[in-house]
Amino acid sequence: MDKIKSLEMVNITKKFPGVIANKDVHLKVESGEVLALLGENGAGKTTLMNILYGLYHPNSGRILINDQEVKIDSPKKALDLGIGMVHQHFMLVPSLTVTENVALGIKFKSKFSMDLDNVAQKIKLLSKKHDLNIDSSLLISDLSVGERQKVEIIKALYFNANILVLDEPTAALTPQETDDLIKWLRSVIKEGMGVIFISHKLNEVMNVSDRVEVLRNGKNVFSTPISKTNINQLARKMAGHDVELPTVERKNKFGNTIIELENVWAKNERGLDALRGVNLTIRKGEILGIAGVSGNGQKELAESITGLQKIYKGDIRFKGESIANKSVQSIIDKGMGYIPEDRLHMGTIPGFKVKENLILKDYLRSPFSKIFLLDRTYIKDYCKSTVDEYDVRCPNINTPTHALSGGNIQKLILSRELKREPDALVASYPIRGVDIAAVQYIHEKLLEARDNDMGILLITEELDELINLSDRIAVIYEDQILDVIDTAEADKSKLGLLMAGIKEGSR
Amino acid sequence: MAINEILNLILRILTVAIAVSAPYLFAAIGEMFSQKSGVLNLGVEGIMMLGAFVAFYFAWAYESILLGIILAVFVGALMGLLMSFVSVTLKAKQGISGIGLYMFGWGVAGTLFRLFIGGVEDIAGLPNLHLGFLSELPILGKLLFSHNILVYLAFLLVPISWYVLYKTSWGLKVRAVGSTPRAADTMGTNVNKIRYQCVILGSMLAALGGAYLSVAQANMFANDLVAGRGFIAVALVYFGRWKPFGILKGAMLFSIANGFQRWYQISGSTFPYEVTVIFPYLLIIIVLALSHEKFAEPTALTVPYDREFKG
Repeated sequence: MDKIKSLEMVNITKKFPGVIANKDVHLKVESGEVLALLGENGAGKTTLMNILYGLYHPNSGRILINDQEVKIDSPKKALDLGIGMVHQHFMLVPSLTVTENVALGIKFKSKFSMDLDNVAQKIKLLSKKHDLNIDSSLLISDLSVGERQKVEIIKALYFNANILVLDEPTAALTPQETDDLIKWLRSVIKEGMGVIFISHKLNEVMNVSDRVEVLRNGKNVFSTPISKTNINQLARKMAGHDVELPTVERKNKFGNTIIELENVWAKNERGLDALRGVNLTIRKGEILGIAGVSGNGQKELAESITGLQKIYKGDIRFKGESIANKSVQSIIDKGMGYIPEDRLHMGTIPGFKVKENLILKDYLRSPFSKIFLLDRTYIKDYCKSTVDEYDVRCPNINTPTHALSGGNIQKLILSRELKREPDALVASYPIRGVDIAAVQYIHEKLLEARDNDMGILLITEELDELINLSDRIAVIYEDQILDVIDTAEADKSKLGLLMAGIKEGSR
Repeated sequence: MAINEILNLILRILTVAIAVSAPYLFAAIGEMFSQKSGVLNLGVEGIMMLGAFVAFYFAWAYESILLGIILAVFVGALMGLLMSFVSVTLKAKQGISGIGLYMFGWGVAGTLFRLFIGGVEDIAGLPNLHLGFLSELPILGKLLFSHNILVYLAFLLVPISWYVLYKTSWGLKVRAVGSTPRAADTMGTNVNKIRYQCVILGSMLAALGGAYLSVAQANMFANDLVAGRGFIAVALVYFGRWKPFGILKGAMLFSIANGFQRWYQISGSTFPYEVTVIFPYLLIIIVLALSHEKFAEPTALTVPYDREFKG
């Protein structure tokens, strides 16, 4: 197959039971350019890319490469044609090494042996040429998120991709890693790579792309060269209405300490230390942000406070009383709210109805239940009003929760936690992967809760979010709190360095 | 007991253990391939039953053990095809379809036995090999060089399956498909094809294990011939952490414990033998309970693959 000069998707329609994910969608990308593909969650971006990669079969539509129609009926075909894809959820086998992951796609001459040394050698050359710096003998499970992404890129390069699809590539990267990625992108574009770039981060989109294609509800709604648009216009086109992120008034008066961690040590599920002597305080009416690359102890921090994680040294006090290693139920009863990282499986029971998930923490209590029977009428009225109040978009309150979009599941969890009016809230990655309109909404609600004197621990990898919402920012690195700074003194480059473990000398 | 007697006893137990571990090796290594690719086949016991019957019937009626073994393996392949169709293509719950396969094999073997044989018949059985001077060696000759050919095949299967799993591209695909099928798919691996191959291979080996019991060990067929060995084989896969040499260790340990238990039964002790019979099984349960290594299990085990599944 010749190098791809242009790739075009024409009138693509894809239906899933009950939903039309793509309706007559078109898209064109040429070699040497970056096309940004934008849209809210559920707009059909990922579906469209999965069609391009041969994972989904469209109900109708055509794909043209260099103006010739091609049939892409399997990922193998896409690879052979020169289409590479870095999926949002990496397509790597964690129990295999980097070399083995690449070798999966190779047809070896002999059925009875694999020349893995040769593959490793080629990977070494590629990673040298592209400055990717990966040891190919390591297991994927031992690599960080940023390194795994590099492996995905190496895979695409190894199979000579000249159209590369990047599905939210920067979602889990540190600012430095993001800069490196963008630098790398610029260099391969010069060499003739065509890139389809999917991202929620509009400033990145403005920064790297040449053209923009916006999808909404599975249809094309807007298409423009990047020079003729701006962030506000793009946000509006994606949402279909005006979007403005809340501007935050800085507070300077806070209440008393509500949560206090003192020299907390905890081990992760592999038995290794995941928190090493963490000290933190959260005051009433304050949002304390936790900055850090995920996997540096954030999960264990959130779970220690909410009682899901045992600590083996130190103490955690909530409203002056120790809650270290207390049961989850007793911590909830004391007034702790929690928005967990894995919203579908920890935040909700996916197969349960919306209304059942809404009362998950209260069903035992009056007025939700009387003696031992659920009060159906009360629950129905309560859930209907909650869903309206928090703008959880669902067909009705009897819909199974997994059928909702990510943003709406997150609003469901948010409403359940906030309606209980807890004294403190632990929010892990509350806007991860949700669209900009939902981000706006979630941020407003968190700020409102803060102004009502709630103490909030906000864990996130989005620096913009941290700087916008937090009153103070604690940086976590390798299971320890490296520094706590006032947001007024924080800027992105300083935080970025801290997140990478580099602490400047004293001011 | 004199030293001599004890050594003799140990030698006897080990020799028997090597011979009786062969069917476990066939069945467990077969099951390992199936599970490595992501399919839990609980039908091993039923496949062994049918394999045992088919091998015995043809060895008895046509006086050809070779024909019996070949046809048993062929029937095993058909059972594997059925299992993969139900659990890979139709995506049935594997725990249930496996139990179904077990009962199917058990019922069919029993019925055919009543129809075609009906009573106690026996055959000469697969002869032990005489390997020249090797078999004449003191101690080692008896222990290692006087078994039937299937025993050597079973032990050879361990390094061969290790090589296939870790050194060939097919083995790489098997490991990928059982752990992250979507990733394997995006790299051009046909997930369901690999799973069909593994389940069929596994069932063929299970049938061979069953055939061993009827034509090389008991030299007869009865309804309770397999006696739970298929389920032990499934347990051995967990015991061996999905690794050929781990399974070898488990099969040997279990067989030695069993040999010891049998000697104890006939040793004239007054201790109730019903209790000693439990011993090997208890050992397996204890080891399984104590050795839960978290990351060994194929992560996609029992999960059917659906490329267009949204979620």
